[in-house]
Order: sequence, then C-alpha cells, then structure tokens
Amino acid sequence: MCLGVPAKIVRKWGEGAITYAEVDLGGVTKEVIVATDEEVGVGDYVIVHAGIVISKISEDELEETLKLYKELSLEETS
Amino acid sequence: MSGMDLKTRLRELFVKNPETPEIVRLIKELARRLGGEVVKIMDFCGTHEWTITSYGLRSLMPENVELIAGPGCPVCVTPGHYVEGLVKLALEGVNVFTYGDAFKLPSVKGAKPRSLAEAKMLGGKVTVVYSFLDAIKEAGRRGSEEHVFFAVGFETTMPAVAEPVYNMAIPKNLTILSAHRLTPPIMRYLLENVREVRVDGIIAPGHVSAVIGYKEWEFLVRDFNIPTVVSGFEPVDVLLAILAVLKCKVEGKPSLINEYVRVVKPDGNLRAKKIINEVFKTVDSYWRGIGVVPSSGALLRERFADFDASLRYGIVERPDFSDVLPGCRCGEVTLGKVKPTSCPLFMKACTPENPYGPCMVSSEGTCRIWAENLHTILTEL
Repeated sequence: MCLGVPAKIVRKWGEGAITYAEVDLGGVTKEVIVATDEEVGVGDYVIVHAGIVISKISEDELEETLKLYKELSLEETS
Repeated sequence: MSGMDLKTRLRELFVKNPETPEIVRLIKELARRLGGEVVKIMDFCGTHEWTITSYGLRSLMPENVELIAGPGCPVCVTPGHYVEGLVKLALEGVNVFTYGDAFKLPSVKGAKPRSLAEAKMLGGKVTVVYSFLDAIKEAGRRGSEEHVFFAVGFETTMPAVAEPVYNMAIPKNLTILSAHRLTPPIMRYLLENVREVRVDGIIAPGHVSAVIGYKEWEFLVRDFNIPTVVSGFEPVDVLLAILAVLKCKVEGKPSLINEYVRVVKPDGNLRAKKIINEVFKTVDSYWRGIGVVPSSGALLRERFADFDASLRYGIVERPDFSDVLPGCRCGEVTLGKVKPTSCPLFMKACTPENPYGPCMVSSEGTCRIWAENLHTILTEL
C-alpha cells in the first residue's frame, strides 16, 4: 500500500475539479487521480502511490543522479 | 525476487549498475577516514529497508557503518482499536474497504476475530481495494449498503482521500476512518525521546518528500545536526545517499541533500499540500506500540463531518497500549531499538504466512521485509 511506483500515462481526462488518468503500471492499467499541478500528459512517466499521481518523473533523471555522484566523488578524491 | 541468495542478488546489482563498485569503494574510503567512529544511518521508509535488505546492501558496508530500519511503516503503527471498531462494523453488516496491507492487521489484545480478514471468514463484510477511488466506485455500485474506508497511510496517501473529499465526489453511503500519520513529527519524537537509539544520518522518505517537499526535513540538520539525504529507491540511490551522509560526517558539515531530484522538489506537491490542509486538521495521535506523538495525526475537518466514520460510529483513539500483543516487539523494531531477529517470535510464532504482530503483516514492516529476504539476512548475520 505504502509503495510508490513509476507508471506511464495512457489517457487523461477531467470530471469536475478532479483530473483522472489511466496509467500503465508495467503492463497492468489502472484508473487513478492526478493529484499534482505539474504538467503531465499522455506518455509522461509519473510516480503513482495508492491510486494517485503524486509527482512527475523528470527526464533528466540520469543526468541529475550522475551529477550528484560526481559531486560526491570528485571532492573526495581531491 | 525474494529468497535469492546474497551472491546472486549482488551480482545482479553490479551487472545492472556498473558504477556500484566505485560507489562502494568511495563509501569504504570515507568510512576509513572517520577512523573508528561508528556511523549509524537510519532509513525511514519501508521501501528503502526493502531495497537495503533485498539487495544485501548491509553486506557491502564497512564495519563502522550501520544501517538501521526506522518507523516508515504506516500499517505497523495504526492503532489496533481502529481494527477492533471496524471488525465490529463489518460483522454488523457495514462494508469495510481496506488496503490489502491492513487486511490481516491484528486488533487489540485478545480480540476475536483478530483482524478484518478473520471477520470476513466469519461472514463479515470486508472488501480489499487498491485505492480510495476504487472504494468510491464500489460504494456507488452497491448503493443500498453502508460503507467505511479504512484510510491508513502517511502524507503520500492523504491526497488520495483529500481530493475526492474536497471536491465532494463521494457517495453519501461512504465514510472515512482517518488513521493517517505524519512523518516529520515521528522523526522529531524519536530523536527527542528515544535516546537509546543513536542516529548519525538519515535517509529520508522519497515519496513522502515528493508530497511535503524536502525542505520539511531541514529541522533534522538545524535542530539535531544530523546529515539527511532524501533518496530514491533503487539500490544505487540508497548507496549514493549513504555516501552523501558519510561525506557530511568527514567534512563535519551536516546538511540536507536531495538525491531524488528526478521526483522531489524543495516545496513538494503544492496542490496536494493545499488540499490536504483544506481537508485535514493535525492532531496529537497514538502510534501503536510507541505512544502519543504530538501533531502527528490527521482527522477530517468539521466541515467534512458527514464523511467522518469516527463521528458516525464513535470509533475514537484509546492510547492505552491495549493493542500491544503479548511478546510482540513491533514497537521497538519500528523505533530502531531492536532488530527483528532479536524477537523470539520472529519466524517461529510469527511468519509472513501466519503473521502475529503488525510488523510482519505489512509488506512495509521491517519484520516482513527481513522474513522475505531471509537468505540475505542469514548470510549477513
């Protein structure tokens, strides 16, 4: 239950003030509530947690993680 | 995934992430620079503990670096008397919606039936759902029945309830029992009150931080001088977080670092935070096996009283430890005081198939995680 998983948005629509989406959780699709104001659209990867989208996964993920790794290792060896 | 031996698991990690050996080398190098100083790093989140245990990351740590599991299992700390109240309702014909994780959660000491699962076997009305949205749909379909949703979880699950409540998108025959718990208050409580647990570094929860924002953890550095790293859930994320904590220790500069940049922002999810605040009020709350923690729980605000199951059915908190089961050390495990293997019931009277205590019930519970990765654990011991 307390587990956030990456998922891809397949469909998105609004009903009243609530935005819904159908997401692909590694082959299984699920209807969820989009609980973020970030721009998310079909094809975007998001974190889904207990039936809601809590955050978009930014594309520069690898770059950012590598940046931190470099920061941590460069100064260490200097 | 579980049950694999340590060597297989590590090989898998090293092949998938070629940078792993270099990160481990740096961890060892920094640990060596600290001399004999022991560094105890607490991972808050059950999912982090799963990554650490499942991939056998403890076996990669230098002797002076210890990884401790923290209080990041919301089901484990949910009061047993909520279960007691819901079991009664289920047997009286009110349908109880629960997350799968709380289905087998034990009620108070000596209760029969002892869980919603047992109540269902006796004919009680219980429905396991994936999300609150599924409960809303099901309650709509079963319009002639009365329904209650057992709302367990940290800040991450709160928007799931808050969005439909705020937008009044809930059928009239459905109410909510809010057992939500907040994460920064329990960390503060632990550091201020549980003095026997030494914490030199913290791996802060990634997805909770995606909601509340990583700035919410600034107090750990400011008030307690503890290096804190918000981390993702891949093994490499966790190793980088450990490396970052050690770097802070070597430099003597505790800081707050966001490793999970791809998901977590400084201020978090503004929409979710606003709606959570509109729907819930913060109250002092009881944590099972731990006690009352100031400003750590969330109840529905008065204007949403029509949706509040605690008001409709009179299910209220009873912070009297009557839900601490005889012999169960879940409360101590949750606070990082003891390891699951220190509990005489672990893998004897308490197993994943037949869980006795809450920490063995939930997939986020430390006992359950250790039990499901026994081969890794046993190699490390």
